[in-house]
Amino acid sequence: MNIAVLLKSVIATDEPVVVRNGKIENSEAKWVINPYDEYGLEEALRLKETRGGTVTVLSAGNDKTIEALRTALAMGADEAIWIRTEDSSGDEHVVSLLLAEAVRRGGFELVFAGHLSVDNGAGQVAIRVAELLGWPHAGAVVACEVGEDGTVRVTRDAEGDSESWEVPLPALLTAQQGLNEPRYPALAGIMKAKRKPLREMTADELGIDTASGEASARTTRLGLASPPERAAGRKLQGAVREQAAELIALLRNEAKALKER
Amino acid sequence: MSRQHIVVAECRDGELRRVTLEAIAAARACMADGDRLAAVLPLDGGADAGAAEALAQRGVDEVIVVDHPVLGRYAPETHVAALLAAATALAPETRWWLGHTAIGRDLAPRLAARLGAGQVSDAIGAARGGDGRIVFTRALHAGKALEQRAFLMDAPAVVTVRPNNFAPAEAIAGAAAPIRSVPFDPPISRVVVRDVVQRVSGTVDLAEARVIIAGGRGVKSAAGFGPLAELAALLGGAVGASRGACDAGYCDYALQIGQTGKTVTPDLYIACGISGAVQHLAGMSRSRVIVAINKDPDAPIFGIADYGIVGDLFEVVPALIAELSGEF
Ligand SMILES: Cc1cc2nc3c(=O)[nH]c(=O)nc-3n(C[C@H](O)[C@H](O)[C@H](O)COP(=O)(O)OP(=O)(O)OC[C@H]3O[C@@H](n4cnc5c(N)ncnc54)[C@H](O)[C@@H]3O)c2cc1C
Repeated sequence: MNIAVLLKSVIATDEPVVVRNGKIENSEAKWVINPYDEYGLEEALRLKETRGGTVTVLSAGNDKTIEALRTALAMGADEAIWIRTEDSSGDEHVVSLLLAEAVRRGGFELVFAGHLSVDNGAGQVAIRVAELLGWPHAGAVVACEVGEDGTVRVTRDAEGDSESWEVPLPALLTAQQGLNEPRYPALAGIMKAKRKPLREMTADELGIDTASGEASARTTRLGLASPPERAAGRKLQGAVREQAAELIALLRNEAKALKER
Repeated sequence: MSRQHIVVAECRDGELRRVTLEAIAAARACMADGDRLAAVLPLDGGADAGAAEALAQRGVDEVIVVDHPVLGRYAPETHVAALLAAATALAPETRWWLGHTAIGRDLAPRLAARLGAGQVSDAIGAARGGDGRIVFTRALHAGKALEQRAFLMDAPAVVTVRPNNFAPAEAIAGAAAPIRSVPFDPPISRVVVRDVVQRVSGTVDLAEARVIIAGGRGVKSAAGFGPLAELAALLGGAVGASRGACDAGYCDYALQIGQTGKTVTPDLYIACGISGAVQHLAGMSRSRVIVAINKDPDAPIFGIADYGIVGDLFEVVPALIAELSGEF
């Protein structure tokens, strides 16, 4: 089975994010594969190991993307496709058109992606790709099994409920935390990755004109700022019972955070 | 030009979800004179009309009900088809508003792609500027940056709003918008929903909860969550957890709050035995009032807490329960 994994390079979650003049200053920050995409990649690699086939990773983004694609190759993906764009968090309509076309050309049967990206957090691109391909999708998948009959049986997480779905191939699945524990690239994998194909593509080569018309951006960023700092409050004093009484009184009268029932 | 707005309503256990009322309020705040607002309510065929009547009082121009047994369980393609069926009689240039819930976040991108529309996801603010343009606020990098975003094309457009970030639309005395049912012939769904299992008991959904009592590794065991649940029940709230607590097996991952869990913005967040790692703060730092209970006076959680109690949660939480139950 030939599997594609959509992935995105993101600033690691433990890095600070410094905004200056409406831009994120991230020259020092560590970039990693979006953790949710990594679950998708791991699942794809496991399927390849048991069932054969190939795993191709695809990403649309700026030049920080290469590192993530190399890591994916080192983890065991066979091939990487980098659709070069200026901004990794561009309009989701545009990004999904690019990725959907690349998937279409690759002739894949199954696509994995992440439930959302930890930077932009919109959770749009993967599901849009499914719709553009005319494929069914299952989102927030925490378990999956591909049957010989071409049906994927998934368990998905829905606000604490656990849903069992059957989805016929070709299909797209978005990975939620809990799907698996992604592997670390082994040294041998890192060496091998250097010889694996990493193809660069442009929107032009995919026949998509993102400058105007049907494939142009639908939304735009007007500004970016740091959130207002949250100042530390105060620590209460006294015996436990006194502190408890004071806290309840403060929540009720000062913070107005308790509703009398 | 007048615009058509549509709020997609969602029910839970037969009741309208609060986020639906919040989405109505957000839409109304962004509407210009002459714009129209409809609410679409998918129902499962057997439900009573209570939810539709409740919607009709919230300042919408009409309520459109799509009623069919297949809509009892969420499946993406079926639900997209239901929304489009509801919208056929309306102006094609529509701005859609949904709650950023398990269903909304899954459904909206599918709808947007079908329409070739832009989407603003998980908005925490929306306001109409002087030039009539609607400016949305979103949290990026799990709250470490705030983005202002706008549509380049007026419509069609899709918006999902984060629960607990807009004041819900109140019932308007005497208001009763017309309720209309539309026929719906569902497409054959490729996705087959076999089973839905409720994993987490408790009536209050974390994302919509007004009060959250969260426990971390400091709670030490599954049983340790008992008093937290009791406190949550007293306050009409829900129980949440850090990843530390989930990883240790004290509670289900469905309760996890943070970067890789839920993002919550309750009125009151009480963190018990949670150190306050950035990935945890990512999911809760926008809560209105934060209380930290931790025995380590240097725990980072105190850095963002409005009120802190340095102490043993196994003493403090029961003391809070005693204090509250004495009064309520
Ligand atoms: C990519 C990534 C994603 C992550 N996503 C998340 C996420 O979504 N959510 C999340 O929460 N974490 C997440 N984490 C993990 C995060 O970094 C922390 O490890 C985790 O939040 C720690 O959980 P904790 O505070 O419960 O445990 P600890 O850090 O172990 O803290 C326990 C606290 O309990 C206190 N304590 C102990 N006993 C008592 C007592 N009797 N009374 C009072 N206080 C007591 C201790 O003083 C301590 O401060 C993520 C990490 C990574 C790398």
